[in-house]
Amino acid sequence: MKTLNYIHITLFLLCITLSFAQQTPAPEQTKDFAIVGATAHIGDGTVIENSIIIVSDGKITTIGPEASTPLTKQAMTIIDAKDKHVYPGFIVANGTLGLVEVDAVKASVDLSELGTYNPHIRSIIAYNTESKVVESMRPNGVLLGQVVPRGGRISGTSSVVQYDAWNWEDAAIKMDDGIHMNWPSSFSRGRWWLGEDAGLKPNKQYKKQVTELEAYFTESKSYNKGDKKESHLPYEAMSGLFDGSKRLYINVDDEKGITDAVNFAKAQGVSKITIVGAYQADKLTSFLKENNVSVFLRRVHTRPELEDDDYDLPFKLAKTLVDAGILVALEPSGQMERMNSRNLPFYAGTTVAHGLTKAQALQLITENPAKILGIDDLYGTLKVGKSATLFISEGDALDMRTNILTHAFIDGRNLSLETHQTELWKRYSEKLSEKK
Amino acid sequence: MCSFSLFAQDYFPSNAGVIANNTNYTAFTNATIHVSPTEVINNATLLIKDGKVVSVGQSVSIPKNTTTIDLSGKTIYPSFIDLYTTFGVEKPKRQRGESQYGPSRSGFYWNDHVMPEQDVMTTFKYDEKSATELLNLGFGTVNTHFPDGVVRGTGALIALNNNADNAMRIVDGRTSQHFSFSKSAKSNQSYPSSIMGSMALLRQMYLDADWYAAGHINTKDLSLEALNKNKNLLQIFEAGSRMNLLRADKVGDAYNIQYTILGGGDEYERISEVKATNATIILPLDFQLAYNVEDPFLASTLSLSDMRSWNQEPHNPRLLAENGINFTFTTHGLKSKKSFKTNLMKAIEMGLSKQKALEALTTIPASLLGKSDVLGTLKTGSYANFLITDGDIFEKKTKLYENWVQGTANIISDRSKTDIDGDYTFKINNTAYELNISGSTSKPKAKIKSTDKDLSTKMSYKDNWATLTFKTADSTKQEYIRVVANASNHNALNGKAILPNGNELPFNALKAKQKEAPKKDGKKRHEVIKDKPFMSPISYPNLAYGFEEKPQSETLLFKNATVWTNEKDGVLENTDVLIKDGKISKIGKNLSNKKAKVIDATGKHITAGIIDEHSHIAASSINEGGQNSSAEVTIEDVINDESIDIYRNLAGGVTSIQILHGSANPIGGRSAIIKLKWGESAENLIYDNSPKFIKFALGENVKQSRVRRNARFPQSRMGVEQVFVDYFTRAKAYDDLKKSGQPYRKDIEMETLAEILNSERFISCHSYVQSEINMLMKVAEQFDFKINTFTHILEGYKVADKMKDHGVGGSTFSDWWAYKYEVNDAIPYNAAIMHNAGVTVAINSDDAEMSRRLNQEAAKSVKYGGISEEEAWKFVTLNPAKLLHLDNRVGSLKVGKDADVVLWTDHPMSIYAKAEKTIIEGVTYFDLEQDKQMREAIKKEKSELINLMLQDKNKGMQTQPVKKKRERLLHCDSMDNEQHSAH
Repeated sequence: MKTLNYIHITLFLLCITLSFAQQTPAPEQTKDFAIVGATAHIGDGTVIENSIIIVSDGKITTIGPEASTPLTKQAMTIIDAKDKHVYPGFIVANGTLGLVEVDAVKASVDLSELGTYNPHIRSIIAYNTESKVVESMRPNGVLLGQVVPRGGRISGTSSVVQYDAWNWEDAAIKMDDGIHMNWPSSFSRGRWWLGEDAGLKPNKQYKKQVTELEAYFTESKSYNKGDKKESHLPYEAMSGLFDGSKRLYINVDDEKGITDAVNFAKAQGVSKITIVGAYQADKLTSFLKENNVSVFLRRVHTRPELEDDDYDLPFKLAKTLVDAGILVALEPSGQMERMNSRNLPFYAGTTVAHGLTKAQALQLITENPAKILGIDDLYGTLKVGKSATLFISEGDALDMRTNILTHAFIDGRNLSLETHQTELWKRYSEKLSEKK
Repeated sequence: MCSFSLFAQDYFPSNAGVIANNTNYTAFTNATIHVSPTEVINNATLLIKDGKVVSVGQSVSIPKNTTTIDLSGKTIYPSFIDLYTTFGVEKPKRQRGESQYGPSRSGFYWNDHVMPEQDVMTTFKYDEKSATELLNLGFGTVNTHFPDGVVRGTGALIALNNNADNAMRIVDGRTSQHFSFSKSAKSNQSYPSSIMGSMALLRQMYLDADWYAAGHINTKDLSLEALNKNKNLLQIFEAGSRMNLLRADKVGDAYNIQYTILGGGDEYERISEVKATNATIILPLDFQLAYNVEDPFLASTLSLSDMRSWNQEPHNPRLLAENGINFTFTTHGLKSKKSFKTNLMKAIEMGLSKQKALEALTTIPASLLGKSDVLGTLKTGSYANFLITDGDIFEKKTKLYENWVQGTANIISDRSKTDIDGDYTFKINNTAYELNISGSTSKPKAKIKSTDKDLSTKMSYKDNWATLTFKTADSTKQEYIRVVANASNHNALNGKAILPNGNELPFNALKAKQKEAPKKDGKKRHEVIKDKPFMSPISYPNLAYGFEEKPQSETLLFKNATVWTNEKDGVLENTDVLIKDGKISKIGKNLSNKKAKVIDATGKHITAGIIDEHSHIAASSINEGGQNSSAEVTIEDVINDESIDIYRNLAGGVTSIQILHGSANPIGGRSAIIKLKWGESAENLIYDNSPKFIKFALGENVKQSRVRRNARFPQSRMGVEQVFVDYFTRAKAYDDLKKSGQPYRKDIEMETLAEILNSERFISCHSYVQSEINMLMKVAEQFDFKINTFTHILEGYKVADKMKDHGVGGSTFSDWWAYKYEVNDAIPYNAAIMHNAGVTVAINSDDAEMSRRLNQEAAKSVKYGGISEEEAWKFVTLNPAKLLHLDNRVGSLKVGKDADVVLWTDHPMSIYAKAEKTIIEGVTYFDLEQDKQMREAIKKEKSELINLMLQDKNKGMQTQPVKKKRERLLHCDSMDNEQHSAH
């Protein structure tokens, strides 16, 4: 009875939470518009000063220097963006937005499933478009992201969404893009509660765990070659890895693990491979390059893993990998990763302090993730024919002080930049100024 | 000779025969006798009777009824003493079950873990197997105790006499009183749940014991009675590490108690602090094994600090001796007792003098126990506890023959066993054989040859009888000749041979004349003077990025910088800053100083160092959650001066932090406010005349929202208020009584709360939602004081006007939210709204990662709420200084203030900025260029150490698997011994 009461209370509290309305998704673009005078950051490493961008039916129809593109003034909204900056919408690779609302409230968590091998588990159907955390991304220019299930050896299948939608079908821009896997770790921790040394010791189960994975992949392939009379949902879900329709995302950090994981995936006939985390990828740059392996680089704002590591190692890893010609995108996983995903632009900014150019840093959260996620036909850069998923900022969007948005668009739809948080801000500012 | 008859007690009846006491003497003659570590007599005699030494010397008169044992060529030492064992005591098993807040007994102290009344003899059971193991190492007496609890009761001194009963063996049944920071396994009482809790518990216990002794308590407390009774015994504290050793000594000092302390073998890392304790250290000899570094992947995860421990620990005893610190060795902590001798030899190899080693094993423990008259030497009247060896006991090859305890011999190896190594010849049935014997006194081995043919041979040698079994020369048959021969005659083996056919023939093997053995090349090589063993330099702190020499305060002149003064002058362009004597000396244009080191800061920015109002780095514990109030504990007790996070925070421009207690309970513990003087000891990190602070907490954590059992009050915000009202009401009554001049029971918790009531100590309160923030201000107003700071406050914006009226500051996260229910309405505009309402606002970290980038977090206030850059910068410098009552010393660039300064490569709040130099009181603790050099040095030193480890492994020495060191990230919720965390 007690437990039941507790659940009731939790549900009750959640109802209150959800009773604040989320921002209404913006309607389809009906009228063409032009953004004039801004510095356009294309996302591919180039910049156009004093640009003009024309958007029609949700697509960019024109982009170029203002001088070379005379404005045809028929039925078009003009947005004067002189001294402002335009960027492609930032993309959260390996994100979990929409799967958890409040970390500590279990009822609001839909992040992982029971079991070790869950390729059939699909994140998209749990993606919560009403999430207040999701809406808080938009005012920072974070407009798109991957929705990734976590846990187990094979966590499940992710999808890519845009952050302004009525339901998950509306939200999805690429359904079931890839399968996520956690590579066996080289170290394991003693079970301190059983009196074992809690320190990290070499994982004695490593070989066994890798062998198990091999068997799983092999069995999946055998199944998919057969007549599938009796269906096997997990094996079925694996097929995309072998026909090239899905990418394999492997979470692994250490040098040996990365090497083993890449060799494993190659041997299994997986063609699209991305290493997620990749803390020691800086020791393997030529190997990764040779094997055409891309990287979702772990959160820039983390502490170095080992006591002796350079204090700035997490800040400068991106520079090392980019210089080596590896396709790199930034990922946010870790503590409070969902609410922190809005700091994605500042993760990129920090890599500039530690070696990259601003244009290169921007690629880490626009063009590069779009390429890896396979959405670069429409998203990730500002090019003619691509989706008008972009925003206008008062200044440099990679710096906190100047990341101040005036407009944001997804597929040409003019988004609300209000959130639960801005509403509270206005409500209480008003209350306090009235008191004065 | 083996044993004397038992020394029966006179008054014990005997029904086993006549009472017959042996009153004979035993004399050990012609020996080299180490009467004490400082006195050696050659050709001496030791005369003993009734288990005691009668006399010792070169001219000892020997009574007629004396059995004499000739020890020509042998050496005698006093047997060793181990002060710290659990000999004969079974360690209690951990109680399973739910934790409880109250005690499980009555008539004793309120805390189950305080058990001074425990007497080790009540459970003691002589353990012959362990005794033999210790005897084989040379120990004759051991002090034993009950290894359980914070106060563990009395220990006893036991002679390892396998041939007597306890009446004889117990040298003293009450020798010592034992302490530790660890809870008893027998009780589930949750307090104390941290080291700082244990320290506070001990302090309060001593105060209560005095109060009890003065007769102020009408009821019985057998624990306090026992504690007072045990006061004059040796007080032994199990610390187990250098840091805990210093903590234990600090507790003792306040009550004039000098503990003898079990160390950790890492004392060399802060030798002067250890020396200052004046404690004698009980030193375990559990040196690290080399790590197995053959796998480069695994080896790359080893930390320099772990590698150094392996290399440096064996030098610890020498360094202690060189610094005049007293110590004694113990077998405690050794996984295999056999490694005691190996490690002792290693310590000597690293330069520990043999005299010091012998003192550490004999006279020092004897004197600590107050038993110098009967133990530790072989002077007249001492116990006849001594060792017989074939030479210097601190040489590897020396053999320990016998360990005599209380006049009773324990044979370890046969002293009388004749060495029969050598070449022999013998004949059987006219066939000539050659026999070679080696290793006869340890592992005998024989080779037999006949007409240049090797015959496979087996040999055993015991009690001067040798047996040989060898194959006949006829290799087509599986036939053997067996020989049994006696070795009493020095140059021959005489016995009989039994042939395959059963015939027995006399056997006489004659030893060949000894040839002058030419020295082998190998031996020569051995004699080459060995290089002095390589020792990695000790740095401060002793890990990567530590300083080999502590950096000094300098006179520094920064030229042509953009200077963020945080004062009326605002931000000054093209300005110079002069730092002298640890202070800001001048700010202006065209400054010069002849002695100054000039730094061109053109295009760069200079600011005051960042101050983090809410940090949990550099501490060994964060929460004492064993009770709903823990005002008696202080983080100052548990600062960890070797946390790499200190260095990493410096690299982010942080110079001062408040290490706050966690949020496990409504009334938490006292803070430590420190400067990040990387390399200084814990004590030196703390601010001089530090303002006094305490952590309070509200909301989900203190009402234990995520704890399964609802056992501790309060469980709701309603209860939280009542906790505060109750404690302050009692503190007020306490303070009134104290001020009245009447006798009062000193209570550390109440003292702390009274300081708050008297506005001598300030509250920084963990806070999220508006209702409870308002509540705490009202409670404070009811008791006529002010809350100083609401820390990481997130709904401050809802009650900013009330906060302004109350006069409380708000320290907040820049943009954290969504991690638990109570932060649903947390907004990044919080800082701006509070600031606009006139509240003093800071931005804090509560996180070892974020604190590295507080400049970025401050910059978020420009984005969220449009705060000016100059004001935003104060959120992480001057304002936290104000909240910590330190703004007269730090927080801005003002002449006369501490030179806690950061040189930035760029605008300090730009995402593109890096701290280039971080300076505290004129000392450069972080410097980008120096950091680069350190990286190279670390790489080089690690390679050298890996090479040495490989050499060890190749020598066939044992190794241990690599372990990966990862520091725990501590937050508000972190408990000692737990892995998870939250905010």
